Formats: sequence, structure tokens, C-alpha cells
Amino acid sequence: MQHHCYHCGEDCNESISVAQHFFCCDGCKMVFQLLDDNGLCKYYDLTSMPGMSAKGVFVSSKYNYLDLPAIQSQLLQVQIGDQAQVVFYLPQIHCVSCIWLLENLHKINKGILVSQTHFEKKEIKIVFNPSEISLKELVQLLAFVGYEPMINLGGNDWQKKKKVNKKQLYKIGVAGFCFSNIMMLSFPDYLATSGLEVGSLKPFFIYLNLLLSLPVLFFSASDFFVSAYTGLRQRWLNIDAPIALAILVTFGRSLYEIVTHTGSGYLDSMSGIVFFMLIGRWFQNKSYDSFAFDRDYTSFFPLGVTVVQGSQEINKPLTEIVKGEVILVRCGEMIPADGFVLTNGALVDYSFVTGEKAPIELANRAAVFAGGIQKGRAIQVQVTKPVGQSYITELWNNPILQSPKNPEKSFVHPWSRYFTYVLFSIALFSGMYWWWVDTSKIIPAVSAVLIVACPCSLLLAVTFTYGNVLRYLGKFKMYCKNSSVVESIEKIDTIVFDKTGTLTSQGETHLCYIGAELSEKEKNILVSVTRESLHPLSQLINQYFLSEQTNLLPIQEIQNFVGKGTRAICEGVEILLGSVSFLHHQQIYFNASVKGSSVHIAINGHYKGMFKVNHVYREGIYDMIQQLKANGYELHLLSGDHPTEKDNLEPLFGTNVPLVFEQSPADKLAYIHQLQKQAHKVLMLGDGLNDAGALQKADVGIAVSDQTHLFTPASDAIIEGSSVANLSQLLAFAKKGKWVIILLFILSIVYNIVGMYFATRAQLSPMVAAILMPLSSISIVSLSALFSYLYAREIISIKP
Amino acid sequence: MSVLIILIIVSVVVAGGFLIAFLWSVNAGQMEDDYTPSVRMLFDDELTNVQEEKK
Repeated sequence: MQHHCYHCGEDCNESISVAQHFFCCDGCKMVFQLLDDNGLCKYYDLTSMPGMSAKGVFVSSKYNYLDLPAIQSQLLQVQIGDQAQVVFYLPQIHCVSCIWLLENLHKINKGILVSQTHFEKKEIKIVFNPSEISLKELVQLLAFVGYEPMINLGGNDWQKKKKVNKKQLYKIGVAGFCFSNIMMLSFPDYLATSGLEVGSLKPFFIYLNLLLSLPVLFFSASDFFVSAYTGLRQRWLNIDAPIALAILVTFGRSLYEIVTHTGSGYLDSMSGIVFFMLIGRWFQNKSYDSFAFDRDYTSFFPLGVTVVQGSQEINKPLTEIVKGEVILVRCGEMIPADGFVLTNGALVDYSFVTGEKAPIELANRAAVFAGGIQKGRAIQVQVTKPVGQSYITELWNNPILQSPKNPEKSFVHPWSRYFTYVLFSIALFSGMYWWWVDTSKIIPAVSAVLIVACPCSLLLAVTFTYGNVLRYLGKFKMYCKNSSVVESIEKIDTIVFDKTGTLTSQGETHLCYIGAELSEKEKNILVSVTRESLHPLSQLINQYFLSEQTNLLPIQEIQNFVGKGTRAICEGVEILLGSVSFLHHQQIYFNASVKGSSVHIAINGHYKGMFKVNHVYREGIYDMIQQLKANGYELHLLSGDHPTEKDNLEPLFGTNVPLVFEQSPADKLAYIHQLQKQAHKVLMLGDGLNDAGALQKADVGIAVSDQTHLFTPASDAIIEGSSVANLSQLLAFAKKGKWVIILLFILSIVYNIVGMYFATRAQLSPMVAAILMPLSSISIVSLSALFSYLYAREIISIKP
Repeated sequence: MSVLIILIIVSVVVAGGFLIAFLWSVNAGQMEDDYTPSVRMLFDDELTNVQEEKK
């Protein structure tokens, strides 16, 4: 009978159960018991099967390095007396139950005083009493219940980001306050012609307005002045320059009118437009807090390692590791530096480096590279290169990467420049006209032109449209770093794919059995034997039979040959499972040409067959590739693998797509560089650290991730594995953003022409300005939302 | 009509109070997390219910 683990939801049988709940492993059961003992079973009521699989994950000695004072002082934010505060990044947070459990940790251990989660950032802030629970014990507790904190060499700089954000909100708040009050105080003035008696109150209103506009000018609008000034100093006229000029002219003319008692000025329009533009900028900067887009290798490596000195194990910060030292790498830990193994049993998963999921078995004294993850038992590694100089980290020192990505200057700036030229010529002409007709109207006409025709509607159109596009892309699980990524997507003409982990799905491997048919009893034996092993391939075989009716049989004898295979006796039958060389070694010979990972089986000395690991291409990849081709993109494929998969890839891509195999990370980087030299705009789609260089070099680097919270290399955008098949639609949608902006720009020009009509005739009354400004702003904002929605619906006819 | 002056000053002061409240809330970090508090609020309610049932 098949069940789902009560804790993690994995498929399981009935062998492990407590209180009528079934569990897939003892780890999950223990977590359940701990929560049960502390009355925290509500965890399971809020969401069904909320837990993280605890299978072979938890190793308590892994965190010994957290006892080092140097590392503690790096992690602890505050420590006063018996209270210490620490913030951890917990990528596993995913549901309501997680929040509930993490905020009730104090029920498990009294030393935890306060724990507060931030769901979107996937962070937890814990205040604890170090005399009751040490930092190490705290991390162990978190890891035990399934929320292992990610503690990296790089740390996080989230605090910096937060401050900038706050200042922006302050500015919006102040501008909103001043704008609404000025608007209110200006109303009597707009309506004065209809006979309302304002009389002696008028100067009071006007001076109050002037007072209220000062914070807008000096505080809220300061960004525009700063940006315009820095732009001009670099001889670059950006969109902020005409906007800053318009703000200054509006304020200057208003001040003049107020002081000379000739009018009440346009302070309402000025503060209103500053308010709307600030909101636009804020809307555009939608950030995905829980994603890090700028990770380099330091974010992947652990903070501390265990060094073996003679018979002693000492914990050291990773940065202090020197050449020649022997470090201990436990199951599930990352190898932090290049070196060679000193013990048997190395089973290294290089999926972060190469994207290839199947672990590689290494003999004693074989070389290992930083970035691999040990899957077998604990091994000792002698370091041959310091952390910063390993094979994988050298990628970041590559001279091609040192030249920074040419920041694409937004098309908005040249547009606003033409806008400015036209504006100045109109101002000049109307000035000249009035010079002939009535010199007293030169100043009013010219200044009115400058007030009306500021490219603020263009800015609003751009910021709101890109903000909308970013949000829709996010809905379809493509998360962009910022809006300039959307703009870069518009220029892309070449798309480069990585194979493993990008076109194939990372987690999913598909087993197929080739050989003589297995009897019912043989299947039972296989299931029983593979259950005993933690080797990933064994587990795959075990899962292979999960859908079939199998019974567990007692095993009389089992012998594991690390890195080779397993020999077991079950019901009097001898079974051998393992690599080709293992079976040869056991005197069983057969002919099998195998590419990739495989497990061979012999029963009672007779060869039966083998299980072969096949890569599974993501669903919908074929359609996506055809669509991209139809849309005129040039496609390339770069793979670190052997060209064995070429036969499978050619039907997917067709014959006219370059398929390049056996590419090292540096080769990939150079390939992108070469394409760019041929004036191509390149989009790179990849995963893993081996693509990190190429992703960074490409005009748009998109990291594919099956678990968005985990390891993604530095990139411009992150796309979830399930959305890769929609890439074509997503790119088409991002491209539409520019069309929306063009449409809105035309609209804003219509508004400008209407305003100009009044301005050039020197008839721009404050009321006309006060109607035009909000009308144009609000219509542009709402049309931007409407068009984005329509395009999103039209192009992305897929479910989010 | 001069009573209007007082009223307007009062209205600006009231609005200023809201501005200060907004600035304070930003400073206190209320704008940083716009999801978790909504969930947390529901927990507390349910928890007290459970405790009452036990009593």
C-alpha cells in the first residue's frame, strides 16, 4: 500500500509509523516526535505535509565551527548581556506552517526568546539567550526541524538595500502630503471666477502653498536634480535633466508671481507631478527580496570547515585555510577548495559546477575540485590551492569578465533629448512671436511652454509599464533583477542554451531497465537490498519499483563496496549490484557499452541486465525551440557533457543549430564573448556555477532553477524550471513593453500639444495646468496597466 | 471668514499628524514585510481558541 509521509509528503510504505501516521524515514519521524512532545502538531494542521524530507540530511557535527568566536562575531548582529540577535536565511520557508513553527521555536527551547520570520525574504530573526542555547545548538535545532540556515562565506548585504528603500518612501510620503494640501488650498483659487468670495484669505493660502512646496522641491525632488547634475557633468543629457529644468522653471515662475502678487503660481502641478513620478520610480523598482542576483562563489561556500591535524579535529574559518592542510568533508557538505582525497568513499556530486546530477566516484588520491558536494561518507581532502584560487573561483578572475557589462543606456534618454530639442525650439519660436506682438508676454509664454512640456509623462509611461511587465513576468515565474533587464531583452537576437539542468530538468532522472525480465521474487529482492543503501542510484532503483506491488524480504548478508557496488544475500539468493568493473571483478563478464551512469545486476552469478539513467528533457522544450526559431532568434547550445546526447538533441534543435560539447566554464564564457564581438546581443540560459561566467557576460543572463531558493549563479533574471518551456512567450511579452511605452508616449504628446496651445498663447491658467497634469498622469498610469494586462493575456495563454 | 484661517491651520496640522505617523511606520520597518504580519495575526487568534478549549 502506498502512502505519503505525514511529515514531508514523500511516497512511502507502512514500515515506519507513529500514532497512525506514516513516515518515509526515521528522520521525519523524529522531527514529528519532537514537535509532538512540544505540542506543536498544529504544524501539520495548517498545511498538509509541510515538512522537509529529513533523509540523511542532518549531521550534528557539521556545525562545530559555529563555536568559534571569530565566526560568532561575524554572524551575531547584537549581543548585549544574555541576549543575542542573529538573522538567518532559511531557503526552505515555503508555507504558513513554516512561519508558525519557526515563530513557536521558543516552545521547544526556552533559550529562544523571540523568533520572527520574514516570509518574502525567507529570513528569520532570532533573539536568544547564549547562556541557555549556544549559536551552534540553535542552528542544529533549526537544521533538525528541516530549516537548515544557509551560512555562507559571502554573508548578505541586505541591510544596505533597506536604507535606500526607506528614503524613497519618506520622499513619497512628504510629496504626497504636500501635494494634497496644496491641491486643497488651491481649490478656492480655481473656483474664484465663479464668484466665491475669498478676499483677504487669498494671500494666506498662497503663502501657505509656497511653504508647503519647499519640502517637495528640496527633499522629494532632490533625486531628479542630483541625477540631472551628474548626467550633465558626464556630458550626457538624461531624462532627469529636462524634468529638473521644468520643476525649477515652474517653481521660479510661481515664486515670481507670488512675490509680485500677479498670480498664484503652479505649485499644485509641480508637487503633483513630483509625487506621481516618485511613485512611478518606486513601482518600477519592484524587487524580489528572496532572490539574490549577484552571487559569486563566496555565497556558495561554507563559512567554516573542519581541519584534521593528526588525530584532532579543529574548526577553522574557511578563509584561513592554507595549502597542504587536510580538511574533513562530511556527507552533504561542499568541497571548498581544490585538492585530492586521502580516503576512500568519495562520491562527489558536481551538479553545481557542471549541471550533471549523477555523482562521480573517486578513488583514493584522486583530485577533487571546489564546488563539488560529497554524497558518500565523510572524506578527508588535502588542500592544494587556497579557496580564492580554485578552478571554479578563477572564473571570476577571468579578464573577459573584468570588463564590466556595458550598461545599456535606456532608449528613454535619447527620446527625452529629442523631446527637449523640440521643446526648446517651440519656446524660442513663441518667444520670438511675442517679441513682435507684445513683449510683455515673452516671459509668461516661454516659461509656460517649459512648464507644460516636461517629459514627465514619458517617465511615468516608462516606469509604470516596466513595473507592470516585471510583475507579470514574476507571475509566470521569471524574476528579473530590474527593469533594465526588460529593456535588454528587447534587443536580443541570439539565445544560447546550456543542456544539463536547463533543457533537462535538474531533479528528475529517469531510469530505464535493459536486460532479461525480472521475476516477482527478484524484484522483491532488489527493492529490499536497495532500501538499505543511501547511494543515490540505489534510491532511484528503489523508487523505480515503488509503483509496483513489492514485499520486503529479510536480508541475510549485505556488503557495501564503497564506490563500486553492493553484494547481498537475500532468501538464499546472491545479488550483485554495481558498476561494470565491480561485476567484472566478481568474475561476471558481459558485453555492455554504456554511456553515462548505470547500475548492473547479477543474480546467482548470472548477468541480468542494467538500469540506465536517462536525462529527461523538460516538457514543451520542442515547441519552445520551434517558436523561438520562428520568431527569428539564432540558437546555440553549449554543453559541458560528452557529445553522446547529440542524437537526442538534433531532433529537438534541427541540424542548423550549432551544438557545442565538452565546454569548460571558461570556454562557455569565451563563446559568448565571441558572439558579442560579432555584434550579437546574447541571451544565455543556464544553471550551475559552470555557466556563471557565461551568464554574467551575456547581455541577458537567465539562471534556471528548479528550486528558486537554492543555488543560482549571478544573473540578470531567474526563471523557474517549470517556466523554461514558456520562454518564447515570455520574451515576446517583454518585447511588447516597448510598444506600450510608444503608445503612451504618443498619448502624452497629444496632452502636451493641448497644453502648448494654451501656453504659446500665454493663457496657461493655473487651473488648466491643474486639470491637465493629473488627467495626463492618471490616464497614462491606468492605460499602462490596461495594455500590460491585455498583452499579458494575449501572449501568455498559459497558466501561471 | 478669518475663522477659516484657524480651521485650515488645524487641518494642515491633522494631515501633518498622518504624515508623521507614516514616516514613523516606515522608520519602524512596517513597510518591509507586507506578508508575514497578515499570517501571524491569524495564528494568534487560533491559538487563543485552542487554549480556551483546553480550559
